[in-house]
Amino acid sequence: MSVRELPTAQESLRAPWELAGLTPEEYEEICRRLGREPNPTELAMFGVMWSEHCSYKHSRIVLQALPTSGPRILRGPGENAGVIDIGDGWAVAFKMESHNHPSAVDPFNGAATGVGGIIRDILAMGARPIALLDSLRFGPLEDPRARRMLRGVVCGISTYGNDIGVPTVGGEVETGPWYTKTPLVNVACLGLLRVESIATSRAQGPGNLVMVVGARTGRDGIHGASFASAELDEGRDERSSVQIGDPFTGKLLIEATLEALATGSVVAIQDMGAAGLTCAASEMAARGGVGMVLDLEHVPRRETGMEPVEVLLSESQERMLMVIRRGAEERIKEIFRRWGLEAEVLGEVVREKVLRVSDGGTPVAELPPEALAEGPRYKPEAREPAGLQDFWPLDLSELPEVPPGEALLTLLADPDIASKEAIYEQYDHMVQLRTVILPGADAAVLRLPECPSKALALAVDGKGRYGVLDPYRAAVLAVSEAAANLACCGAQPLGVTDCLNFANPEDPEVFWTFVRSVEGLSDACRALDIPIIGGNVSFYNESSAGPIPPTVVVAMVGLLEDAHRIPRIPSAGFAQEGDRILLVGSGAGSQPPLTLGGSCYLKAVHGQVRGRPPEVDLSMHRRLLRLMIEAVRRGLVRSSHDCSDGGFAVALAECCILGRLGAHVQVAIPEGKGRREEILFGEGGSRILLSTSPEAVQSLLSLAAEHDVPVQVLGVVGGDRLVIGSMNSGIPGQPLLDLPVRDLEEAWRNGFRRWMEEA
Amino acid sequence: MRFGVVIFPGSTCDQDCLYVIRKVLGAPAVPVWHASSKLPEVDVVILPGGFSYGDYLRAGAIAATSPVMGAIRRFAQEGGLVLGICNGFQILVEAGLLPGALLSNLSTRFLCRTVHVRVENPHTPFTRAYHQGQVLRLPIAHAAGRYYAPSPLLTELETRGQVVFRYCDEAGQTTPEANPNGSVHHIAGICNERGNVLGLMPHPERSSESALGSEDGLLLFHSLLLQAEAVR
Repeated sequence: MSVRELPTAQESLRAPWELAGLTPEEYEEICRRLGREPNPTELAMFGVMWSEHCSYKHSRIVLQALPTSGPRILRGPGENAGVIDIGDGWAVAFKMESHNHPSAVDPFNGAATGVGGIIRDILAMGARPIALLDSLRFGPLEDPRARRMLRGVVCGISTYGNDIGVPTVGGEVETGPWYTKTPLVNVACLGLLRVESIATSRAQGPGNLVMVVGARTGRDGIHGASFASAELDEGRDERSSVQIGDPFTGKLLIEATLEALATGSVVAIQDMGAAGLTCAASEMAARGGVGMVLDLEHVPRRETGMEPVEVLLSESQERMLMVIRRGAEERIKEIFRRWGLEAEVLGEVVREKVLRVSDGGTPVAELPPEALAEGPRYKPEAREPAGLQDFWPLDLSELPEVPPGEALLTLLADPDIASKEAIYEQYDHMVQLRTVILPGADAAVLRLPECPSKALALAVDGKGRYGVLDPYRAAVLAVSEAAANLACCGAQPLGVTDCLNFANPEDPEVFWTFVRSVEGLSDACRALDIPIIGGNVSFYNESSAGPIPPTVVVAMVGLLEDAHRIPRIPSAGFAQEGDRILLVGSGAGSQPPLTLGGSCYLKAVHGQVRGRPPEVDLSMHRRLLRLMIEAVRRGLVRSSHDCSDGGFAVALAECCILGRLGAHVQVAIPEGKGRREEILFGEGGSRILLSTSPEAVQSLLSLAAEHDVPVQVLGVVGGDRLVIGSMNSGIPGQPLLDLPVRDLEEAWRNGFRRWMEEA
Repeated sequence: MRFGVVIFPGSTCDQDCLYVIRKVLGAPAVPVWHASSKLPEVDVVILPGGFSYGDYLRAGAIAATSPVMGAIRRFAQEGGLVLGICNGFQILVEAGLLPGALLSNLSTRFLCRTVHVRVENPHTPFTRAYHQGQVLRLPIAHAAGRYYAPSPLLTELETRGQVVFRYCDEAGQTTPEANPNGSVHHIAGICNERGNVLGLMPHPERSSESALGSEDGLLLFHSLLLQAEAVR
């Protein structure tokens, strides 16, 4: 019997495309590509592969504008993860992915499998995973639902990441009413590998064998990809669409896979994540320009009676698909067996470009791999959201008067700013003995014992609060902040991986925000010369409570060359009494481009999200990055911290808290109501607050002048109070703000932790 | 002095231990596979941290029954030195090589941070390089590190000097705030009666280089080298 004799989907169902989550036009396109109607199994395969999650059908055209190449880029978007050359024969693989939909339904398992999935993407490049970062969004923590989500997600990340032995070294958390029912969980993973051992997902060599390795296949997560491509519906129980992870098996899979790759017999490899076997087989075959003949009978299963379509779509975790040289199968099986895992030959690579699937010899599906892997592409209508610009005008004279000291304490206790220690102490951030700068600073810094002259820095940034008001500027700010975080540690940014989290792209106003975000991302990365090496788009983040704001999250990796010669990699806390405090960057001049628009100050102190977020002078920013990298290299920097959420005053307070030292500084306050708040709490500009020894001040000033970056000496580190005085306004002799560091610390340490403890 | 580091399925600190012993301490070290029922020629066996067998059932419970544990039991009976770090400590307790039990942290959460630990007994083969009452900075990273023993046993442990490490504050005081997991008597590490088997929850291998913030843990490995010289 051949596939053609089976009943077609059209014959067995009414409106079959609806069940597969496709449109009538897409069904027609499938028939056109096949020259016939698909059978129900084939249609289900198209359904998952042409889902938004797998096909990027609404985003691909727009994403083409992103800068993705550079001299160090060994693999860019389109592979399981981007790979960057770091020199001396070493490379890093880097990728971020969202796991928003599963986490909304099942915070623990959704987040845990998000970690597992991204780790396998890095593994698929032949790299050993060495670090994880998470970017999380929740509703306001006063809401018990948001706290339940927070605890579940953190526990999921902690359980999976800790058990698998990959340190979680950094991350960020933002809260906002938009995320109460639609939390965001974006996880990034970094891997280390030798340049010559980069693995590929391109299936090659007719006659080579196709193997499934790792865990057994069950019914979990079927239709996960399609589920992640639709809005959340509270009436339905969608937990069956969430996969369940097993970090123990994940750890064994890492070791066994790296051992198998080291044999040299693995031709191609890919994670079996979204859309399971269907996705891995069709993408690997399509990328290699070959076909595969597979028999599902050989797939090791954890339950009986599974239909072929269930085996094809299962998203059971901790599995990889490999193409290996014929003859090596016994050796590969032996490796996986020794680690207590499955490894079975399913079939072989064929020259003919066809994915021919049978089950115990009975034909199941016969499809051209590229027809599955290359979904349709849409460029939906885009329209600026009505009334968006109405939020921009900001009249500071309307704001009620709040004493600066009170505002600072409120900001430090705001969950967006307060210490996230209550989260990261639940993550093993030290395993693998690499973490030189621990979580809590601007960027995490990892040493590489394999290659001691180099160190890597990692940061993740993004703000939905800015996205609400101006998606273009929000994207630019995410990139520039991440780059500034790396430069604070002296690291040269190498590459970006991003998660673009949006609502329904079929809504023209949402799609406009997507287009503008990608433009912002693209412009910022081009201006700063940082390629985007991969990432992920997550659409349909909306529920009955409404859509999320455009939320662009950027994870960036940077390199410290000659790290062993750097006398001290600066962290954020002040280091020594008597050190001088300097502000470098555009905010240090007489006319700073600072604004309270979209600021944390307005949100936390006045309960408003309005104004226009700051514009970044990208050429200035680029000079600032260079200055910082050079200053750290020369050992001129004792501590450094960028001014972001809460502006200058919050950055200064954090330097005091982290260094357990006070500071006395003087700032110039222009005339006019609200200008004081703008200087203290305004955001934007490209500003880094650093401290240096009194002897090094002159060298830093000259270096800043050489780089054409404004710089201002503000004061001195010392004592146990933070005192901010005004040079030109207020009551003479009376500082703008004078608080014990102990009080600042208490606000900052408990601001987030209290919600973690609260039921 | 030759070290063996056991690799259980789910061990996560095995490579870290091998690295510190080989590259920082400069001593030979070999991996030991969990399924082997014989030990290679070694003087010290280290059971590293991690989540052996996913810590399913109970932390360390399944690993305690693996073939290599039979060999380690004989090795210990013959006076061989056995060091269990974190999950390794849990395995030693589950295997009955050390007394007491390790329960879930009082907070019920995993906790990773650097804590202070006081040396209570500098006379074991693992602590010769320390002095009595020395306060160390060592990282912990565990969810089940609350040491428990019934009070008659605790009294015995205390009087025999089997309590080797205790959680304390920076000044060496054992305060409730300085006890990260709720262990009885603030116990962070104990040895057997003979003194040749030590288990501790903190990670000495994570504090063996100044680049990682503390070298206090390295002295534990140094102690073993001193021990070897003394025996020779």
